[in-house]
Amino acid sequence: MELFSYDFMRNAILAGLLAAIATGIVGVYVVVKKMVFIGGGISHASFGGIGLGYFLGINPIFGALFFSLAAAISMGFITRKTKLPEDTVIGILWAIGMALGIIFIGLTPGYVPDLFSYLFGNILTVPQNDLMFMLILDIILVLLVIMLYKGFLSITFDEEYAAVAGVPVEILYIVLLCMIALTIVVLIRVVGIILVIALLSVPAALAKQFTCDLKKMMLLAILFGAIFTFGGLWISFILDLASGATIILLSGFVLLTNFGIDRLLSRKES
Amino acid sequence: MSSEEVVRLENISVTYNDTTVLESVNFLIHTDDFLGIIGPNGGGKTTLLKVILGLVTPRKGKVTVLGKSAMKSRKFIGYVPQTSVYDRDFPINVWNVVLMGRYRNAGLIKRYSSIDKDAANKALVTMKIADLKNRQVGKLSGGEQQRVLIARALASEPKLLLLDEPTASVDPAMQTEFYEILNQLKSHIAIVLVSHDISAISIYVNKIACLNRQMFYHGTKEISSDILEATYKCPVQMIAHGTIPHRILKEH
Repeated sequence: MELFSYDFMRNAILAGLLAAIATGIVGVYVVVKKMVFIGGGISHASFGGIGLGYFLGINPIFGALFFSLAAAISMGFITRKTKLPEDTVIGILWAIGMALGIIFIGLTPGYVPDLFSYLFGNILTVPQNDLMFMLILDIILVLLVIMLYKGFLSITFDEEYAAVAGVPVEILYIVLLCMIALTIVVLIRVVGIILVIALLSVPAALAKQFTCDLKKMMLLAILFGAIFTFGGLWISFILDLASGATIILLSGFVLLTNFGIDRLLSRKES
Repeated sequence: MSSEEVVRLENISVTYNDTTVLESVNFLIHTDDFLGIIGPNGGGKTTLLKVILGLVTPRKGKVTVLGKSAMKSRKFIGYVPQTSVYDRDFPINVWNVVLMGRYRNAGLIKRYSSIDKDAANKALVTMKIADLKNRQVGKLSGGEQQRVLIARALASEPKLLLLDEPTASVDPAMQTEFYEILNQLKSHIAIVLVSHDISAISIYVNKIACLNRQMFYHGTKEISSDILEATYKCPVQMIAHGTIPHRILKEH
């Protein structure tokens, strides 16, 4: 196939695969514990890090890693230790991160390259270094889930019982938020800060329609995530559209079609 | 059978945001007790269970469970929350829910061992739900889900079982069978059952307490209408009714 003969295409395929693995695993927790907007908050907060990266002249993705982890940890602490409602905390961190990003970028002298690709993603321009970085984050995520699987299952199902059963609920919750942060960093290059929440939730939400086992749901979500990124990439290549946005539109279209078919079928049955 | 003390509550008061939920509650639970606590909704029943579990720290008073603090003795308590606490849609089967009861034994990183699986299987058999093992929990009937949560609590091999509104979603025809199972358990586990529904407290309990912010404790099963009226703050009429002697009709 002509498509794969380009270097940038090979990198894009690898980036899509690494993104699918991260979102497939962590997206399942995001969906079953209803944390999609926590993901949105962490993702937008990471824009502050992108700005800081430009300002300091380092790779903005490292700035994003630092900011998203900081946002995840503070979100965990503030919601657990104060009486502020969760959605308020999400909104505040969301906007503070974006504001800091804009300030840092404003302070950066000269032209800021690639900014658009951090906001909306561009799977075709993922550099080799970032691929390595994504791979390392994927390995960390997989290891954490394998080690802490039963604890995560307990806290996502019923936190109170988990505490009674001896699960370190607070610590695992913060670890889970940090895993969402790492996943977002993996996804930023592919779909961008603003579109991340769709790729974080759609594959897992779709997988939930087909199984009642969390492990199978993760595998299915990885598969769906890969189909969406590759399918979206292919469509964007043929129609000459923005890749990140096409991936998101394809995911949304498949999810809504699936729910539509589901409704039609259940109406027929009754 | 010796009757050791399992729980001792001394002068417990709990407040949430300036609202007093429990006030100067004193009472004891012994190993051979099957205690039914009744009281109106919002009367502090669930809070009382959470105090015993160490999930809620009282503003005043002292909790002792098996001679130690509530937190330290948590491992000896099997907690059965209301079935409404989790998402019906959650993708998990019965087996994986029951295994959660073995978490403490397995630890943070290790997988569940064959000992853990044996204990979980035994709990499934005790609750007569071994055939539901692979079914999704949220798709079961209310009564079946209740049994799953009890099996999860039993899998941890507790010395004290705390049940929060266990019959709320069990249809009346199944309640007798439900109580038969608890009745077998009470020979080796102290049981505390909490309910707003007085008819839910059956002949099987051997002690009754009434709770509405304060404890109107009554050691034995014979409960006077005065105590019920003081608890529910409204006139109640009691009718002895065959196998369920404490059926009460309210008049407003």
